[in-house]
Amino acid sequence: MLYALKIATRYLTANKAQTALLVTGVAVGVFIFIFMSALIGGLAEFILSRTVGDISHITIEAETADPALLISPEGHVLVVAERGRARTATLAEAATWLPLIETVPGVRAVSPQITGAGFLTRGAQVSQVSVTGVEPGRESAILDLAGYMVTGDVRLGSGLIVLGRDLADDLALSVGQTLRLQSSSGVISTLTLSGIFKTGNGGMDGARAFVSLSTARTLFSMPQGVSRIEIKLDDLNAADATALRIRALTGLDAVPWTDGAEQLMEALNAQAQTGYFLKTFALITIVIGVASALLLSTYRRRPEIGIMRAMGAGRRFVIFVFVAQGALIGLMGGVTGAALGYLALLPFPSRDAFQPGTLPMDITQGSYGLAITLTVIGAILASILPARSAARVDPVTAIGQ
Amino acid sequence: MSTLLEVRELFKTYGTGEATTRVLRGLSLCLEAGELAALLGPSGSGKSTLLTILGTLMKPTSGSYVMLGQDMIAADDKALTDFRNAHIGFVFQFHNLLPDFTALENVVFPTAVREGRETPAARARGRELLSRMGLADRIEFPSANLSGGQKQRVAVARALMNSPELVLADEPTGNLDRDSANQVMDLIGQINREEGTTFLISTHDEKIAGFCRRQIVVGDGIMTG
Repeated sequence: MLYALKIATRYLTANKAQTALLVTGVAVGVFIFIFMSALIGGLAEFILSRTVGDISHITIEAETADPALLISPEGHVLVVAERGRARTATLAEAATWLPLIETVPGVRAVSPQITGAGFLTRGAQVSQVSVTGVEPGRESAILDLAGYMVTGDVRLGSGLIVLGRDLADDLALSVGQTLRLQSSSGVISTLTLSGIFKTGNGGMDGARAFVSLSTARTLFSMPQGVSRIEIKLDDLNAADATALRIRALTGLDAVPWTDGAEQLMEALNAQAQTGYFLKTFALITIVIGVASALLLSTYRRRPEIGIMRAMGAGRRFVIFVFVAQGALIGLMGGVTGAALGYLALLPFPSRDAFQPGTLPMDITQGSYGLAITLTVIGAILASILPARSAARVDPVTAIGQ
Repeated sequence: MSTLLEVRELFKTYGTGEATTRVLRGLSLCLEAGELAALLGPSGSGKSTLLTILGTLMKPTSGSYVMLGQDMIAADDKALTDFRNAHIGFVFQFHNLLPDFTALENVVFPTAVREGRETPAARARGRELLSRMGLADRIEFPSANLSGGQKQRVAVARALMNSPELVLADEPTGNLDRDSANQVMDLIGQINREEGTTFLISTHDEKIAGFCRRQIVVGDGIMTG
C-alpha cells in the first residue's frame, strides 16, 4: 500500500492551491475545536477555583452522638437526653488518623480544626463570628490565608486572632489591638488582633475569625480531639474517589465537596455539553468539506481511475488511494490547526495568573491530540464515500471520457 | 505456434427493450501466440467492444472466452484484475497516461501496483523500455510535457512493462501524424519479432493494417474476413 500512498500524495501535490485551501479549511475547524476546548476547560477550571478553590475538598466531621433514651424496667421512658446545642462533637482520635490520611495519594494538605460560634466584643460593639481553630503552621493549608492577608501576620499563636477585613472595620479594629471573644460554650478570652485578611467573599470577610488550635480548645472546652478535619487535594476532581478511599481506610465519614454541589456540577455539565456541541459542529464541517472535495476529485480523475483499473489496479487499491488522501488532508489540517490553536492561546495568561476582564483560556486543555485524532478519523470517514465511488468507476466508460 | 486465446459465439448486447443494441452477434476468433494482427472494420462494427472483452474489462452477454487455458467468463473481478495485470497490455488511442506522473512513473505503474512499490528492478526495466522507445532523454519528464508521439510511445512501453503475452491496441496511431504513427508501428513490429508478444491492433488505416501479418475484418458483429 506504500505505492497507493505515493499516488495519493502525488494527487494532493499536483494541485497545490486546491489542497492548501482544503487543508486550511480543516485547520480552521481544528482551530475552533481547540479554542473551544481551551475556553470551556479554562472556564470550568476558573469557576471551580473561584467557588471551591478555597474550601476543603474533603471534610471529615465528628458525628453528633444520638441522644440517650433511658428506659425504666417497666418499659416507660423516664428521661430523654436532648442533643446539646452548645457542645461541639469531637473526633477524639483525630491524631491517630492524620498521618494515615496524609499518606493517601493526591492529598496535598490536611488541617485538623476546632470550629464553633462566638461573639466578638469591643467596647459596646458586638459581632457574631464563626471561629476556626487551626494548627499553627497550617493556617494556609485549606484557605490561602497568607495570600489574602492585607495587614499584619497570618501566624496564629496563643492569645492571637486573625479577622476578615469587613469584621475588623465593623469593630473599628486595627492590628495590635485587643478584643474579647466569647464562645458558644460561654468561655471568654481576650485576644490580640495579629492580622486582617480579605478574600472578596463577604461571608468570610465579615464573619470569620481564625485562632490557634490551643486557643480554640479553651474556647470550646475541648481538651482533646478536633471537631473536623479538612483535606485539600492536588486535583479537586478526584474528591469523590479520594473520599471513598479515606472512608475505606479510616472508617470516618469523609465527605467530598461535590456532595451538596449538585447545582454547580449541573451548570458545569451544561457548559461542557455546549462545548461538545460546538466541537461536534466543527468536526461535521470538516467531514463535509473533505467529503465534497474528494468527491469532486473522484469525478475529475475518473479517466485516470479507469486507466489504473485497466492496468491491473484492484478496487481496494483505488479505495486506499482516496482514503489515504482523506487521511493526509486530515493529518495536515489537524496538525496545522493544532499548531495555530496553540500559538493563538499562548498570549493568554495561565490558569494561575488569570486576570479578571480577560477570557479564562487554559492552554493545557486544548485537547490537541484528541483534535488531531478525531480530525484524521473524520477525514478518513469522509473519504470512504468518494473512495467507494472511485472504486466503482467502470474502466471502459471512464477511459472513453 | 500455440493458441493464446479463443473466443466462441460471443454476443454482446447493450440496453434493453426497444433501445437494445446488439454489437456482437456470435463472433468467434482464435489468436496464436506471437501473432501481429490488425482488427479492421467500420465504426460500430464491434471492434472496440471485442477489444474490451478480450482485455477482460467487460464480459460478453454470452459466449466463451479462454486465454492461456483460463476461463475468462467464470473468473471474478479480482481474478480478472490480476490476470489483466500479468498477461495483458493496453495501448489506447489517446495514450491515457497519468498526467501528474513522469514518463518513467507511468511505465512502471503496472509492476508497482502489483508489487506495492516501485522496486529498483521495475525502474530499471522501465528505463530500458523507454530507451528502447527512443525516449532515454525523456525518462523523468512529466508526461503532460511530452508530445503526442512521445506519449504514445510511453503508452507502448507501459503496455510492455509486465512482459504480457497479449497487447491490445485500440487505434494506437489514430491521433498521431504519419511520422509518429510509423515510428510507433515500427516499435510494435520490432517487439513482436524480438519478444514474441502478440499484438491485436484495431485500426481504420489500411497502411497500419499493412504492417500486420494478419488482418481480421469485423462487420456487423461477426468476423467477415
